[in-house]
Amino acid sequence: MRFVDEFREPELINKATQEIRRLTDPARHYRLMEVCGGHTHAIYRFGLKDLLPPNIELIHGPGCPVCVLPMGRIDDGLSMTEQPDVIFTAFGDMMRVPGTHGSPLEYKARGADVRIVYSPADALKLAQNNPDRHVMFFAIGFETTAPSTALTLMRARALGIRNFSVFCNHVTIIPAIRAILDSPDMRLDAFIGPGHVSTVIGCRPYEWIARHEGKPIVVSGFEPLDMLESIVMLLRQLKDGRVEVENQYKRVVPWEGNRAALKAMAEVFQLRPYFEWRGMGFISQSALRLRDSYAEFDAEQRFRIPGIRVTDPKAAQCGEVLKGVLKPAQCKLFGRECTPENPVGALMVSSEGSCAAYYNYEHRKAALTHLSAQ
Amino acid sequence: MCLAIPGKIVELLPERENLALVEVSGVRRKIDVGLLDDDPAKVGDWVLIHVGFAMSKISESDAADQMRVLAMLGEDEAAMQEIEGYGLGGVELTG
Repeated sequence: MRFVDEFREPELINKATQEIRRLTDPARHYRLMEVCGGHTHAIYRFGLKDLLPPNIELIHGPGCPVCVLPMGRIDDGLSMTEQPDVIFTAFGDMMRVPGTHGSPLEYKARGADVRIVYSPADALKLAQNNPDRHVMFFAIGFETTAPSTALTLMRARALGIRNFSVFCNHVTIIPAIRAILDSPDMRLDAFIGPGHVSTVIGCRPYEWIARHEGKPIVVSGFEPLDMLESIVMLLRQLKDGRVEVENQYKRVVPWEGNRAALKAMAEVFQLRPYFEWRGMGFISQSALRLRDSYAEFDAEQRFRIPGIRVTDPKAAQCGEVLKGVLKPAQCKLFGRECTPENPVGALMVSSEGSCAAYYNYEHRKAALTHLSAQ
Repeated sequence: MCLAIPGKIVELLPERENLALVEVSGVRRKIDVGLLDDDPAKVGDWVLIHVGFAMSKISESDAADQMRVLAMLGEDEAAMQEIEGYGLGGVELTG
């Protein structure tokens, strides 16, 4: 229980863990998936697994936007750096993600104009400040970041800006959950629902998981106590035979979501018929593209995009880890060829990726224990 | 990117619509508050920020909790780097 001393309310933590033990049937194995990469990070950082009975298994879900992007899309985005007037912009998380011929950072080292932005609004401002250049924003993220891209595009159009485009890689969380449930090698009992995505979409979209798939889901906050409470709520449902959507994170997540954000997304984006996810293949209606009314800002319409499809490095098993079929350390490359310092797959790049989280906490801890034993 | 950064609205700026000055751990940056349309931002509101946009209003104590979670996750430096990066356009990479 290594981080327990940092917990603000140790007596509440103890109460929650006791309740978890009380609700757990020792003869049963529980498989709970946390969908959000922020939760994955928190689980490792706080050592939550050490607080749970051994028959509760936490499966890491696909909620890391950098991790789910197939390498071909990174190559497609980077292909635009060949245009002499293009400034390639992306969030910092993207910069070390490997493409076939290197990461955006490596392209920059070779002379491409690649810049970090912290907000799509900054990319638009860069376009305004550089009227003789074209600023392309490599947009990634689930519904937490998609509304910001949408509002930025609405603003670009209102201002009549002509040298700005978005390479849209926004994805939506519900179809990914559906794809995981459809996967024949996956057996899950319940879901810990994402916290901040749900501030936008609300809780209603999860109702089909309860209704059609028969899986309980509890939208959860990020504190250790939040996550333990969410697990208590899930176990109670499983014990009572209830299947419901519940909101543990009520103080931040409204049931109906953020209407202004949903409206901006509906104005600018439409669903793609299908989109490729790393390791999960093509998932129908799982990603967003710009509506035709925003075609002038759509990098995929303005530029010739090669539409590259790249299979993941042969030995890397990112897909299996992403779906929760394999644990990070079960991948053949984990901790050897693939480390946070020298990532082969995207799950090792982002702090929300389960491989990086596992490596930074579990793997390093094991290495230290090994050293001190010598 | 999944984890929001908490901040306090200290000024609504007249230079364009939906622009506000927000304070995060003593650092002040401009952010967009246009996604709070249903419940417009007011000076003194606490908000959760994603990539330069306020996404939801929260209480002051929830803001403090969220900052502590970021610190416990070791994400506080990255969060401050993000906040400091806002409004500057592209930031040159070093190394």
